[in-house]
Amino acid sequence: MNKNEIQLIKKGKRIDGRRPDEIRPIDIQVGILNRADGSCYLEWGGNKVIVAVYGPRELLPKHLQDSTCAKVNATYNMAAFSVEDRKRPGPDRRSREISKVTSEALSGVVFTEQFPRATIDVYIEVLNAQAGTRCAGITAAAVALADAGIPLRDIPVSCAVGKVDDTLVIDLTKEEDNYGQADMPIAIAPRTEEILLLQMDGHLTMEEFNTGLELVIDACKKVSEIQKKALLNKYGSSLG
Amino acid sequence: MTEKRTIVIPGTVLGEAEKRKPGTGTFRENNNIYASRLGIKVEKGDYINIIPLSGVYNPSVGDNVIGIITECQLSSWMADINAPYPAMLHVNQVPWKVEFGSTGQYLNVGDSIIAKIGLINESKKIELSMEDRGSRKIDTGIILDIQPQKVPRVIGKNGSMIALLKKYSNCWIFVGQNGRIWIKGESDRIDFIAEAIRKIEKEAHTVGLTSRMETFLKERQK
Amino acid sequence: MSISTIKKDYLVKLSKEGRRVDDRKFDEYRPIKIKKGIIGMAEGSAQVELGNTVVLAGIKMLLGEPYPDSPDKGVLVTAAELIPLASPTFESGPPRENAIELARVVDRGIREAKVIQLDKLCIEPNEKVWVVFMDLHILDYDGNLFDACSLAALSALNTTIIPNERFELGKNEPLPLDESPISCTFVKYGDAIVIDPSLDEEEVADARLTISLDKEGSVRAIQKGLKGTFTVKEIETITKIAQEQVKKIRKFLGDKDGKNKKEKKG
Repeated sequence: MNKNEIQLIKKGKRIDGRRPDEIRPIDIQVGILNRADGSCYLEWGGNKVIVAVYGPRELLPKHLQDSTCAKVNATYNMAAFSVEDRKRPGPDRRSREISKVTSEALSGVVFTEQFPRATIDVYIEVLNAQAGTRCAGITAAAVALADAGIPLRDIPVSCAVGKVDDTLVIDLTKEEDNYGQADMPIAIAPRTEEILLLQMDGHLTMEEFNTGLELVIDACKKVSEIQKKALLNKYGSSLG
Repeated sequence: MTEKRTIVIPGTVLGEAEKRKPGTGTFRENNNIYASRLGIKVEKGDYINIIPLSGVYNPSVGDNVIGIITECQLSSWMADINAPYPAMLHVNQVPWKVEFGSTGQYLNVGDSIIAKIGLINESKKIELSMEDRGSRKIDTGIILDIQPQKVPRVIGKNGSMIALLKKYSNCWIFVGQNGRIWIKGESDRIDFIAEAIRKIEKEAHTVGLTSRMETFLKERQK
Repeated sequence: MSISTIKKDYLVKLSKEGRRVDDRKFDEYRPIKIKKGIIGMAEGSAQVELGNTVVLAGIKMLLGEPYPDSPDKGVLVTAAELIPLASPTFESGPPRENAIELARVVDRGIREAKVIQLDKLCIEPNEKVWVVFMDLHILDYDGNLFDACSLAALSALNTTIIPNERFELGKNEPLPLDESPISCTFVKYGDAIVIDPSLDEEEVADARLTISLDKEGSVRAIQKGLKGTFTVKEIETITKIAQEQVKKIRKFLGDKDGKNKKEKKG
């Protein structure tokens, strides 16, 4: 299949029937793991992601400790069976880069100075991948952090904007990711709209970039509502 | 008389900084006070606090905790107190006269102790003490692990909940601030109490728990 | 995460009263829940909950070269990931010996019982065969990974569809399978021998035995683990209990399959 044979947008609708500014359905379950301090299972379109948070806990080896604050150590990993061509287990370069930018994004909202010398470990496992896994991972990690009782300034949220057939679209599918013209994932602290993660590759005019940014921040806020609902639902109904 | 309990998530606005003061689980940003933890909003005078529903044990000087010895050193032991930091127990903080190098004769790896947190320095190095009367080595029974944030519920207002548990079980129960609970008694009584504590842990955030637990304990006792 | 010595004392004391810490009988399994076909990207998948232990097995099939000593048979590769997500005691990094032992024991149980008809997976002898990758992903660890993984692997294989269409080899069809072996794991602490150990029981265990039995009740694979020992009499008792329990599990799976016959891949 080459690019010229696919029409990604027909009459304003995308291949999967969505409007350009529509996100795929998201379902979030909080606290589903027994051993972890906090956890979240998230389905986003066909993506299935599970996140466990452990910590704050002792950071070893000692020489890696930061005497002023805790380290947020996020690890993004894809299960061997999560993609079309089986992925060899273990971190590859892409996973390591995503782990790094995710750790940095989450560090931006955690009150790390409350736990010097400790580590907050965030394990993101992609069980089924359908494009946008890093956004799904961060969104789920945020919920797991809150579930674990980690002190946060805000609950981060992530989504991507891209360009296909010269149209800006939110939350790209696999085909749109592969054959589109640009892909820009972002993570924000929704309360203040501070940007925690921003990556981009492709081609966007300055105007498209600015509009795209507005659109994706808007989309992030919608996803944020879903996160908040899920957290409150965990305790909501049995308040007495 | 029912309390109205509001659950809040991190980042929720709780009040204005000019009119109220930020308590535990909150932070101040510009003119507002926000929640930093997932928990129950409680107002005490001028202070707005969040009672967290989850989270690790954050050690405080004076806390009575249950520790598990992880290392025997020449004149001290290291213990796991279920905190992000290991704790040290020095030989001059125990009621026995321990000769240099013979720490293993008194406490071994895997032994459990009740101790007090004596000192926490700025880089969170923790020192334990076993000098006071309540401290001891735990010889038998079980240690239950619960979420540290639920400890106040297991103790109850003025110790009301733990008194209930002791009354219906005939067990020796000690609740460590670090989420570890020691129960000593007949094995079926221990099971019974362990089940009750798990129920308290699960329903800690609800209202009317104490009276519900009394009913539960009465019925299960048969 | 430290284990206190009084924990073992308590479990041994309870066992002398004929009891286990979660009130089960010595030969009783925890509740088993199985969800099949939940990973769309995989050719087959299943999630097993054994008490609070949760394992996800995914099957991927790719074309590859056969092993030189079996040029006309497909290849089975089993791997297990004890990912740190599942327990505060699992560390990051390449599989350590526990993960490797787990994968190899599960693999042997399936390979020795010839569950997969590997001779039907040859496309061109010496050149091209199907490679079946079985990846076991531990999601929540509360004891007895051997049995949870074995059940997950078998359930996943049962849902596997060979992706012929993707490789232009004809129509998709189910993986050809024979009757599955069922594994039973026991641990010993003090003098007690219990089946399906929970996390607490594994933590205080002196010795462990996993035994795989096929449809006829014959032994297909065994693995003894940990540093303690078993007497011959204990092994005999274990095999007897295993035969009874395997029958029960087979019935449970059979009943489930009957109910689930109409379920399609998610």
